[in-house]
Amino acid sequence: MKLDAKIPQGPVSEKWNSYKSSVPLVNPANKRNLEIIVVGTGLAGSSAASTLAELGYKVKAFCFQDSPRRAHSIAAQGGINAAKNYQNDGDSVHRLFYDTIKGGDFRAREGNVHRLAEVSVNIIDQCVAAGVPFAREYGGTLSNRSFGGTQVQRTFYAAGQTGQQLLLGAYSGLERQVGLGNVKMYSRHEMIELVIIDGKARGIIARNLVTGKLERHFGHAVLLCTGGYGNVFYLSTNAMGSNVTAAWKAHRQGAYFGNPCFTQIHPTCIPVSGHYQSKLTLMSESLRNDGRIWVPKKQGDDRHPNDIPEEERDYYLERRYPAFGNLVPRDIASRAAKERCDAGYGVGSSKMAVYLDFRYNMVNKYGRAEASKRGIENPSEDILVALGKEVVKEQYGNLFDMYKQITDEDPYEAPMRIYPAVHYTMGGLWVDYELQTTVPGLYALGEANFSDHGANRLGASALMQGLADGYFVIPYTIGNYLSKEIHTKPITTDHEAFVAAEKIANDRIQQLMNINGKRSAESYHRELGLIMWDKCGMARNEAGLKQAISEIRALREDFYKNVRVPGKVEEFNPELDKAGRVADFLELGELMCIDALDRNESCGGHFREEYQTEEGEAMRDDDKYAYVSAWEYKGSDWQLHKEELNYENIKVQQRSYK
Amino acid sequence: MNHDMNITLKVWRQENTNASGRFEEHKVVANPDMSFLEMFDVLNEQLIETGKEPIAFDHDCREGICGMCSMVINGRPHGPKRGVTTCQLHMRSFKDGDTITVEPWRANAFPVIKDLSVNRGAFDRIISAGGFVSVNTGNAVDANAILIPKEVADEAFEAATCIGCGACVSACKNASAMLFVGAKVTQLAKLPQGQPERETRVVAMVNQMDAEGFGACTNTGACSAECPKQIPLSVIANLNKEYYRAKMNGK
Ligand SMILES: Cc1cc2nc3c(=O)[nH]c(=O)nc-3n(C[C@H](O)[C@H](O)[C@H](O)COP(=O)(O)OP(=O)(O)OC[C@H]3O[C@@H](n4cnc5c(N)ncnc54)[C@H](O)[C@@H]3O)c2cc1C
Ligand code: SF4
Ligand code: FES
Repeated sequence: MKLDAKIPQGPVSEKWNSYKSSVPLVNPANKRNLEIIVVGTGLAGSSAASTLAELGYKVKAFCFQDSPRRAHSIAAQGGINAAKNYQNDGDSVHRLFYDTIKGGDFRAREGNVHRLAEVSVNIIDQCVAAGVPFAREYGGTLSNRSFGGTQVQRTFYAAGQTGQQLLLGAYSGLERQVGLGNVKMYSRHEMIELVIIDGKARGIIARNLVTGKLERHFGHAVLLCTGGYGNVFYLSTNAMGSNVTAAWKAHRQGAYFGNPCFTQIHPTCIPVSGHYQSKLTLMSESLRNDGRIWVPKKQGDDRHPNDIPEEERDYYLERRYPAFGNLVPRDIASRAAKERCDAGYGVGSSKMAVYLDFRYNMVNKYGRAEASKRGIENPSEDILVALGKEVVKEQYGNLFDMYKQITDEDPYEAPMRIYPAVHYTMGGLWVDYELQTTVPGLYALGEANFSDHGANRLGASALMQGLADGYFVIPYTIGNYLSKEIHTKPITTDHEAFVAAEKIANDRIQQLMNINGKRSAESYHRELGLIMWDKCGMARNEAGLKQAISEIRALREDFYKNVRVPGKVEEFNPELDKAGRVADFLELGELMCIDALDRNESCGGHFREEYQTEEGEAMRDDDKYAYVSAWEYKGSDWQLHKEELNYENIKVQQRSYK
Repeated sequence: MNHDMNITLKVWRQENTNASGRFEEHKVVANPDMSFLEMFDVLNEQLIETGKEPIAFDHDCREGICGMCSMVINGRPHGPKRGVTTCQLHMRSFKDGDTITVEPWRANAFPVIKDLSVNRGAFDRIISAGGFVSVNTGNAVDANAILIPKEVADEAFEAATCIGCGACVSACKNASAMLFVGAKVTQLAKLPQGQPERETRVVAMVNQMDAEGFGACTNTGACSAECPKQIPLSVIANLNKEYYRAKMNGK
């Protein structure tokens, strides 16, 4: 099949407008007869489900948590970007577009990214109207902060809980539609198979996680808003339940997987503390507004950080990247931390950590400003610290509390110790401009698709993309498909395709239950995570990837011989849920390594050790690899399809933040 | 600090909603830097390896924000520390040799699904009854068109930090949901965007709260004391005020 991204013709700044004014519409009477399944209720799913219901479609929404409000989007901390230019600092739609393409190391589509930048401004308006309490200035206007990879302040936030506030806004809109009877909500339900009839997505098989029973659900179209797959690494900043199952089942049924190896490793997370560790906790990128990153200049320096004098500290990001300093993009900051630790300059008991230090700005930026506001002349350092602390507390209080709770160390007194951790997946189901996968009628939104971030996502852009997809893109683009479906009557779930899909799902469950081995699914997940982290993580090379592929295959084989799933099928059984998810990760991991092996270049978060500049920067190969990798599932193997990337508006160049 | 801790757990086991439950004792070796849920992971791993049934419990984000985790630990929802969820509680808050009792949320409106998991669907239905601003996508004005004083935005935000965990209900001897409902009503009543539906909202939410079987508030304050987000008791006073105001206006 030839991949067609369906990017509209015309200048990039007019593509979306002209698309919207010419896309076929569905009239209100017909909308009432069209049913849409939305799997996932994070920012992408909640916003899509509520908006489509407002338009008159009949919507069924699914999530595996006990409430749609608990989707992983709730955990997003730092903020959401929008090209509002409220700060009058030179921002514009074009600049957000440019920053995102450059931040993605020239591996994203121009058409999609420009649309994202255009609708970003509407998102903020919509959220405020829904009652999202963003941070504000004393004059009553909205407040902004900076995020990495940009030189403007375009990030809107609500303390360190932006995701929570945005999701609760979208969730309340969803619940309103539930109350009105326009959305039927299925919590504690997990999609475990896709139903395809005559080549079109027509429904799902879901497992009711309370009763364990399988259910068949029909839809004229199916939207997967199921989030990212960072948990393939076991340890990540994702919630424990985040998984790839829905996307993977769709992939096995014909949806191509785009850029699976593009993983974002976030530079500022709390380091691993022990073998029992179940997840890693992010310390938001917003902290790099005020936190300076450093290691001692001397290897193995064991002094307390506060006892290491200024001149013996290496602020390595400021040294290497003077133009962006601590606010370089994530991939660059992460690699730089790894480089210092590998070279023996790491700190803490594991030596796999660097310092994130607030003292300088606490004193010099906030302390002094507060002192002069309050008319304190010649304030002592202690007073400055105390005054600065108050401001820092207001900005990041919940993050500092979280750090203290986890590490038992007080970040107001001493610098935080941080290290990179898996955080986000730029890869995902391949979609065209309309967010449609290679299966007609099957769409992917939010982190579940591969679309807008290329090889590296800029901070505060995932929330933007999720809401853009759900509030402003899919309500238009789905019309192009559904306008041709108005004569399709709802298909009975007794249809043979439903019966067959349910059988596949059921057989898979029985297979897992019948193994009756010795090891928990969790233990396989941990082992897979280690392989992925060591060989397909922050740095990758040919030999390691080849080895990883054979290790993953062996592990998968062992899983199907030795895993033990306790309990029964028809009951509340979290271990069975987990085993199904781990089984899918065991397949995805292999594809990620295959993809990483295919891409003989370094770009963004994909760093192949063989391809780097003398200074250790990623070295792209635009002649050979300026394409999106879209993998087709072939049973025991995958076939690669390439979508060429054409840059008509932005000059492709070596990314530089120096 | 890195020594083993020998912990005895008395855990509530209940097969399903209709079964009767009982406490079961387990021994587990923990570590002070481990989180409380990581200790449960270790225990479950042991149970699976020895052919026993692991303990079902709810959790997801493990960083105190999703509101999924829900254990009553030694009689207190989310355990002994103030302002902390179960998932953020660490074993350093306990001593070597401790016996710890762990139960699910206890409230008629939150039936047990299995072991430590309960059904909190009632909270969603309360929000669905009125906890929103009726604004369809596309209807918004520019975000800076309506100025909101910083103090007002901050107050709304403080109330909006509720994670919907249900600890307030579990802590209350009447199983009242007033803190949860008060938090949402307060958030939206403070903001200009919440004004048009201010009165219908509070009445609809309170009616649904009553229909779900939550108890009345008798001002004991246990809810706020146990709330992991420290939602203040003042939201309940505010809820009452909003409710009477609406009633006086005939809503
Ligand atoms: C700790 C953390 C902090 C972050 N901070 C920021 C930030 O400050 N700014 C920013 O822009 N981005 C941030 N991100 C990234 C951002 O939060 C996510 O990319 C984004 O929220 C994903 O939203 P989503 O709607 O695509 O998916 P999610 O919110 O992950 O939702 C997935 C939904 O799918 C459901 N689901 C999944 N599988 C199934 C299935 N098989 N059946 C049924 N339902 C299913 C789940 O129940 C859930 O409802 C952060 C991420 C993390 C981990
Ligand atoms: S008010 Fe507090 S205790 Fe109650 S649901 Fe909200 S966060 Fe939980
Ligand atoms: S698991 Fe999310 S709040 Fe505890």
